[in-house]
Amino acid sequence: MKRQQFDSLTLPYLLIAPQLAIIFIFFVWPAAQAVYQSFMLEDPFGLSSQFVGFENFTEVVSNEHYARSALFTAIFSGLVAFLSMAFALLLAVKADGILHGQAAYKIMLTWVYAVAPAVAGMMGVFLFDRSIGPLNHLFNATGWPFNPQLDVFDASVTVILVSVWKQISVNFIYFLAGLQSIPRAVREAALIDCRNGFRRFWTVTLPLLAPTGFFVLVINITYAFFETFGVIDTMTRGAPGGGTATLVYKVYQDGFLGADIGGSSAQSVILMILVLGLTVVQFRVLEKRIHY
Amino acid sequence: MKATKTIFAAAAGLAMLGAGAANAATEITFWHAMGGGLGETVNTIAKDFNASQSEYKLTPIYKGGYEETMTAGIAAFRAGEAPNIIQIFDAGSATIINAKGAVYPVASLLNENGVPFHAEDYISGVRNFYADSKGDMIGMPFNSSTPVLYYNKDALAKAGVQPPKTWEEFEEIAPKLKKAGYIALSQSHTPWIFSENFHSRHNIPLANENNGFDGVATKINYNNEHMRMHFSKAREWQQAGLFGYYGSKWGDNQKPFIDQEVAMWLGSSGSFGGLKKSAKFAFGTTNLPYWNSITKGEEYTTFIGGAALFAFSGKEKAQNEGVAKFFQFLTKPETQFFWHKETGYVPITNAAYTLAKETGYYKDEPDAEVGIQQLSQKSAENNKGYRLGYYVQVREVMTREYDQVFAGTKSVDDAFAAIEDGANKLLARFAKTVQ
Repeated sequence: MKRQQFDSLTLPYLLIAPQLAIIFIFFVWPAAQAVYQSFMLEDPFGLSSQFVGFENFTEVVSNEHYARSALFTAIFSGLVAFLSMAFALLLAVKADGILHGQAAYKIMLTWVYAVAPAVAGMMGVFLFDRSIGPLNHLFNATGWPFNPQLDVFDASVTVILVSVWKQISVNFIYFLAGLQSIPRAVREAALIDCRNGFRRFWTVTLPLLAPTGFFVLVINITYAFFETFGVIDTMTRGAPGGGTATLVYKVYQDGFLGADIGGSSAQSVILMILVLGLTVVQFRVLEKRIHY
Repeated sequence: MKATKTIFAAAAGLAMLGAGAANAATEITFWHAMGGGLGETVNTIAKDFNASQSEYKLTPIYKGGYEETMTAGIAAFRAGEAPNIIQIFDAGSATIINAKGAVYPVASLLNENGVPFHAEDYISGVRNFYADSKGDMIGMPFNSSTPVLYYNKDALAKAGVQPPKTWEEFEEIAPKLKKAGYIALSQSHTPWIFSENFHSRHNIPLANENNGFDGVATKINYNNEHMRMHFSKAREWQQAGLFGYYGSKWGDNQKPFIDQEVAMWLGSSGSFGGLKKSAKFAFGTTNLPYWNSITKGEEYTTFIGGAALFAFSGKEKAQNEGVAKFFQFLTKPETQFFWHKETGYVPITNAAYTLAKETGYYKDEPDAEVGIQQLSQKSAENNKGYRLGYYVQVREVMTREYDQVFAGTKSVDDAFAAIEDGANKLLARFAKTVQ
C-alpha cells in the first residue's frame, strides 16, 4: 500500500485547513476560554481580573444547592431519556406493524419534531396553568393537589412530561427506520420459529435494533442534558425553590443572568468533564455489548 | 428575493422617517429592555426627540429582558462595541456603577456637555438610588416605579372594610374578606416588595457600608428579627387562608387578583396601566402597608424599582453631546408626563409632577398619583436605595428560599439563615472582583 498519495505535505494540510479552522474556532477556542475563565475571578465588565486557582471550583462544589441541582439533573435526564425512548419504541413497533395508512401515521407522529423547545415549553405553560390548564384540572380532579408553582415534585412532572413528549417523535423516526432495516427473511424465520410475539420481540427484534438503540440513547442523553434548557426556561425557570434547575440551566443563571463569569465557567468545565466521562462510559462499556 | 425587497423598502422608509437632514446627524444608539407597549412608547419618545432637532439621530434597540439587556451591554463593552446608552435595572445597578470607568456619570456628562444639571430637580425617592454617596447621579432614572397596594373595591365593600394602612389593620380586615369569599392578599416579586421595600418602608438597614453606597457591601442584613417576624406572619396568614402565594413569577400572583379570587394585591405602580385594561372590576390604589409596631407611627418612603439609563464612557464628544441633549429632552416635564400617563411609571422630576397635577390628570385618575406620593414621603438614612453586587443572584437565592417557606418545606429561621449565608458569599465574591 502506498504510504501517501500527495507529493508534498502542503496540499493535504491546506485541504483539511478549513475543517480544522472550524473545529478550532467553534470548539477548541471556546472550550479553552471556558477553562481559562474558570481559574480567574473577573468583574463583569472585564476591567480587572485575577488568577484564583481552583477557588471557583471549590465554591461550586461546596455549594449545597449545586449538589441538589446535580441530583435533579441525574434523575431528570435518566427519566427523560428512558421514557422518551420507551414510548417511541412502543409507537415504532406499532407503526411497523401497520400495513395500510402507515404514511399518515408516521407523519402524525413525526411533526412534533418541528416544534421548538421554547414553543413546547409555552404549550406546557398553558396545559399546566393554575386557572386555564386542562392537565392541571385533570390532575386535581383525580384528587392529586397538583401545584407546580409550589411543589418541586409537581413542577418536575411538568417539565419531564413536556421534554419527553418533545423527544418522542425524533426517537420514533430512528426506531422505525431501524425496525424497517431488519431483513424480511429474518422476521419470517422468527415468525415460524416462535409464535409468541412478545418473546419474538425480545429475542430477535430488540438485539437487531441494538445499534439504533445505542445511537438513540447517546442523542437522548445529550438532549436531556442540554436541549431541555428551552423547556425549563419557559416553564419553570428553575422554580420552585430552585428545584427544577438543571446544571446547564444553572450555568445560564449564574453566568448569563448573574454576570459571574468565573463561577459559571467552572460549572461549564465540570459539565464538560461530566459529559466526556459519560461518553467514554457509553462507548467503552455499552457499545461492547452491541453487535452490528 | 421578496424578503430582500421588503427589507430595502423598510430601510428606505426608515431613512425617510429620519427626515431630510439625517445624513449629517450624529448617530446615538440606545439599548433598552422595554418590550410590547412600553417599547412603542420608547419609540415614540425617540421619534419625537429626532424630530425636535437635526444634529443627532437616536436609535432605540430592544434587547430583551432586563438581564438580557445588561448581559448584551457587558458583552458589547468587552468587545469594544458598547452602545451610547443602556438601560440597567435596579438589581444590576451595583454591577455597572462599580465597573470603574465603564460609565460616564450622568451628572458630569450633562454638566460637561452644555446641559445644566441639578439633582434637586428630581423627586426625593428617585434622586439617590442611582447616585453615589455624595449624591452625584451616575445613572439617569428612567422607568421608576414603586410597590403599591391594589384593592378590589367591590370585594372590600362586600366585606365592609377599608384598605389597610398598616399590617396591624390588615390583620383586622383579612378575616372579614375571607368571610366574604376572598383570599385577602397576594403579592408579586417577594424580594422587591416583601424584602427590599420592607426595609425602606421601616427604615431598616439592609446591608453594611451604608447599604453599599459608601463602599462595596459584604454583609446582608435580611436575617433580622423584623423580617423573620413579617415572614412568620405571612406564613400564618397563608395557612389561615388570608394570604395567597401562587409561585415566584410576577404573573402567578397578579392573576388571582385579576380573576377576583384575591381581594388585594401588592404590585408595582407601573402595573396601573396594564390593570386598567385587564381587570373587569373597579379597583383602587393605596400605599404599601407597614408595621406600626416597627416604625412607631412613622411612615417612611419606599424604594424605586425599574431601571435607569447609563451612558458608556469612551465615546466621541459629539455623541456624548447627543446623549446629554437626549437626557435633557427625556427629563422635560412634557416628555415625563407623557411617559407617566402612557405607562404608569412615576414622573421623575418635580416639574413633571407639578405639570401632571396642573393639567388635572390626578382628578380623573387619583390612583395614578399614589406611587409618586409614596415616593415623596419621609426619607431617612435607609431609604435612599441600596447597591449590592451580584444582586441578581442574591435575589435568586431569596426567591429560592421564599418558595420553600411558602411551600411549607422550610422554616422561616432556616430560610433566612440560608439567605444570609448565600448572599454574604455572593457579596464577598463580588467584593473580590472589585479592586
